[in-house]
Parts: sequence; C-alpha cells; structure tokens
Amino acid sequence: MKARVHVMLKNGVLDPQGEAVRHALATLGFDGVKGVRQGKVIELDLEETDAEAARAAVARMCETLLANTVIESYTVEIG
Amino acid sequence: MHAAVITFPGSNCDRDLAVAFEKAGARVSRVWHKDTDLPQGVDVVGIPGGFSFGDYLRCGAIAANSPICRAVVAHAGRGGYVLGICNGFQVLTETRLLPGALMRNAGLKFICRSVALTVATTDSAFTEGYQAGQTLRVPVAHHDGNYTAGADLLAQLRGEDRIAFTYAEPVNGSAGDIAGVLSENRRVLGMMPHPERAAEDAHGSTDGRQIFAGLVGALTAA
Repeated sequence: MKARVHVMLKNGVLDPQGEAVRHALATLGFDGVKGVRQGKVIELDLEETDAEAARAAVARMCETLLANTVIESYTVEIG
Repeated sequence: MHAAVITFPGSNCDRDLAVAFEKAGARVSRVWHKDTDLPQGVDVVGIPGGFSFGDYLRCGAIAANSPICRAVVAHAGRGGYVLGICNGFQVLTETRLLPGALMRNAGLKFICRSVALTVATTDSAFTEGYQAGQTLRVPVAHHDGNYTAGADLLAQLRGEDRIAFTYAEPVNGSAGDIAGVLSENRRVLGMMPHPERAAEDAHGSTDGRQIFAGLVGALTAA
C-alpha cells in the first residue's frame, strides 16, 4: 500500500525559501504571485494492506520523525 | 568532571568540542551515535556541530532519533547537563529537550563569520562565569540558525530568564535575536555559535572558553 505525506510549514511560520522563490518568480516576470510556500512530499511503500491501519502508522511516523510539529503540519494520503 | 562527546555521521566539530572540554580540565569520552548507553558517571553530554546525516529531512532530525539520543534524553531527564552547539542545538530542539525550532537563515545564505554575542543570563553553570550584558566574540557557521518561536514561547523564555545568549545585532533572523536557550532546569544549553572555536589564543578569541571552564568548575565542585 502506498502512502503520500505532505509536510508544510504551519500558517504564520515565515518561510524564507518560499519567499525567495516568490522573489525569483517576480524577477522572471511572473507577475501576480502573491505568496509561495514550499513544502515536502514523502512517498512511502508500506507492507500494510489495511488503509486505516496504514493511516494510523504513517501518522505516528509523522509525529516521530517526518514532520517537526513545532513548525510543520502534515497530511497523509493513502492508496 | 566527565564529559561525553557524541559523534554522528557528518559531525565535524566533535574533536574541537572534546579538546575544549579537555583543556578546561574534563575527562572526555567519545561516544558513537549507535551506542545505546552513555559511559558510567557522565556529568555532561556535548552534542557537536556539523551536518549529522547530511542534514537530510531536517537538520538534526535523524540524529535526534538515533539510539544514543534516547540515552541523552534519559540523562537530561535525570538532571544531567547537555551542551548542544550548532547542529547540536538543532538536535536538541528536534528531541524537544529545548523548545522552538531552527529554520533556514532569513537571508538564505550560509553564514560563516565571527559575531558579537550578548550574555543574556548568568544564571546557569554555562554562563555564571560571565557578566550579564557582557559582549563576546564567537564564530557562527550555519545555514539553519534562524530560531523560531511563537510569541507565547518567547514571553515564557524571557519570563523564565532562559535566553542564554543573544546576537548583539541581527544575524540570521532569529526571534528576539536569540543565539542560545536553556532548558527549564537550566542544565541543557543549545546555542548556534561555536564557543569551542573561541577557546584558545590561536583561535583569535578566547571568549567561549568560560563556558567549558564554568561547567567543569560547577560540576567538579558539586
């Protein structure tokens, strides 16, 4: 079973890299980009076959390692 | 006084940290990240700078989940002392032994230069040998030293006098210009600047030496 984790900085946490990307886009002439937030996508290939069990396991992985919940939030897609 | 200095794959300040402890009079054991226990009788654990695990995922995140860090968390839980420098500070926030997080520098550039630090509190074994408000010259060398803390946490750190050092002028975007913070029991210090690189005359500054001397003095007296 596949799982996909999106890790993003929480709202309100300044994202210096996203801000640099926004600035670069403006320099290239891409007008009208009001904001850029940069995150991570992590794909997992799991032995688990039960979707709910997989979701719970991946959530534990996020809390333990994949995300720093002080500054980051995460969402989990299964399947 | 017995210090343990941890080495992760990618640590590169471990030897300098060990030498700084030794020159201050400590006995130093070197500990590998896969070790599950600290040596018997360790008073202080040093977590060095570098790029543990290549800074993969987040700086310090993989190191914080290594076997030795379970022992470090237990050591801190028993009231043991821990000093985390640069990547070591990042490891300490990732273990949650220290609050907040260290993000990419606001200017996005790796910063490698000597900076002026202000001693913000002398109420700790690490800083009691300094004067409050004293200015120190200590090098920084980091890409992710932007200390991030919400308004509540900042107020708490200030209220509890847990900010050990601040930058005398903005360096990396850190909230409150924070360069180093203490744990609630004041026995865990994380700081981005490198006092072990300002510990001998040949370094150009000896302003960092007192951190090691103070620790050795406090723990030997105890």
